[in-house]
Amino acid sequence: MENKTPKDYSHIKNWGIDADPKNDPTYPMKHRTDAEQEGYSWDRPTQQDINIEVLHSNERPNVTAVFGTSMPPSGLSGMIRRFAFKHSENSYLHWLPLLMADRVNVVEGVIEDFSKGTVPNIFAEKGWKADWEHNRSGLIQKVGVLALVTTAAVVLLTRKKD
Amino acid sequence: MLAMNYRGPQRVRIDEKPEPKILHPQDAIVRVTRSCICGSDLHLYNGNVPDTRVGMTFGHEFIGEVTEIGSEVQKLKVGDMVIVPFNIACGKCHFCKQGLFGNCHESNSQATAVGGIFGYSHTAGGYDGGQAEYVRVPYADVGPTVIPPGMDPDDAVLLTDVVPTGYQAAEMGGIQKGDTVVIFGAGPIGIMAARCSWLFGAGRVIVIDKLEYRLEFVRNYANCEAYNYEEMDDPVVFVKKTTDWMGADVCIDAVGAEASGNLMQTITGRKLLLQAGSATAVHWAVNSLKKGGILSIVGVYGPTDNLVPIGNVVNKGITIRANQASVKRLLPKLIDHVQNGVINPKPLITHRVPLEDVADAYHIFSEKLDNCIKPVLIPPSAR
Repeated sequence: MENKTPKDYSHIKNWGIDADPKNDPTYPMKHRTDAEQEGYSWDRPTQQDINIEVLHSNERPNVTAVFGTSMPPSGLSGMIRRFAFKHSENSYLHWLPLLMADRVNVVEGVIEDFSKGTVPNIFAEKGWKADWEHNRSGLIQKVGVLALVTTAAVVLLTRKKD
Repeated sequence: MLAMNYRGPQRVRIDEKPEPKILHPQDAIVRVTRSCICGSDLHLYNGNVPDTRVGMTFGHEFIGEVTEIGSEVQKLKVGDMVIVPFNIACGKCHFCKQGLFGNCHESNSQATAVGGIFGYSHTAGGYDGGQAEYVRVPYADVGPTVIPPGMDPDDAVLLTDVVPTGYQAAEMGGIQKGDTVVIFGAGPIGIMAARCSWLFGAGRVIVIDKLEYRLEFVRNYANCEAYNYEEMDDPVVFVKKTTDWMGADVCIDAVGAEASGNLMQTITGRKLLLQAGSATAVHWAVNSLKKGGILSIVGVYGPTDNLVPIGNVVNKGITIRANQASVKRLLPKLIDHVQNGVINPKPLITHRVPLEDVADAYHIFSEKLDNCIKPVLIPPSAR
């Protein structure tokens, strides 16, 4: 491996232009102000209308002034998410149920697709067209392994017992 | 409108969705003209971030044209072309007032550890993101910044995250003139951190990754040393040896949860999800640092726990600094740097992909196909 220790920095464009001996300690620094002593007391922005279900961490007292409205909790995954939000961000009972809810939600997504008459194109969703263009041998290998495993599983499951 | 639609781990597609509406008097609606896929989007894509709901639209790196504003918006007008920082920040809370715009307390109900982020799961607020034709932008007077006339949109879109995060990675390292800086990861953030480390006066900048095409890129782009850890017995011993057995003054984790290079971390962090991602880069960084050195973390991890050598942090007296980039705080300086040619972000973009092909773009980026460094999605109206 090549190793070099440059001492002359003239070849480095704009070397040191932002150098600052005072940049240590540096960002992020906590700058205390008198307002800090007053807790959650700032002049809050206007509250966004809460007309959907918004789960909020139990480490805060309220819903934030603005919030995202993407995909409110619903179905079985929603029930799991509601359970998760009864526990703090400090607890595995918060995060692990959320991961489980995410996996349940995937199944719900497939069911939703079928219920709307849509058959999800898994190959397109996984971007296999890009594999065909840029990684054809890898794709062929992947499909080959998948075919072998499937064939072996079918043979094993359908084999007659002696 | 067309929008990316998450369907499950490694499954995304383009779908028709309703256009966003003004829901708050400080909202704006932005017609997206460029939207990148970020390395941290891959954590969502791989299903590693809790509360990533099916049907969500990702995308936190985007620029576009303001098409509608709420009644309280005063600084923007319809027709403005804006850079939209990836953080959603109110500008009023204690944290925003300290310049901690990535830690706003009025933009994320679901988690107190991080402020709101566009298109980054409900753990970051549940906002649909910019990999779409239109997006709702809250607190429009705080974050969005009008793109200076003449600025290339490819440069502008990289000012939403890549440039500020790379710059802040170097800044948080507290780099002093002559310091040796070791950066783990030659993705877009690591590349930018390498370039920016020189601006702070680094004496040596060393980047470590395993992808030769990225190492070659960063060598040329950032004029730094770049090495392949797969050619080393042990990257920590390599760093010690190349620094006269002292270790680096500053290490930067520019990888995060998707790190490879340590089988145990990969299995427990990425495959079994027993950790909040693979902490290989942090592990190597802590052990590569000189005693009393500084670790700057901008790599993204999930909200649960990671296996890191915290005993060595104590015993070596290491300072750890970490945060989401405070984009709003850094934008004025970084816009100047881009306009003055100090930083040239555009070459990082290797793939310009129609929004409709979002699934292929994710796959190419995730699998590092076709020498991909940074893909940008372009909606039909911007082509």
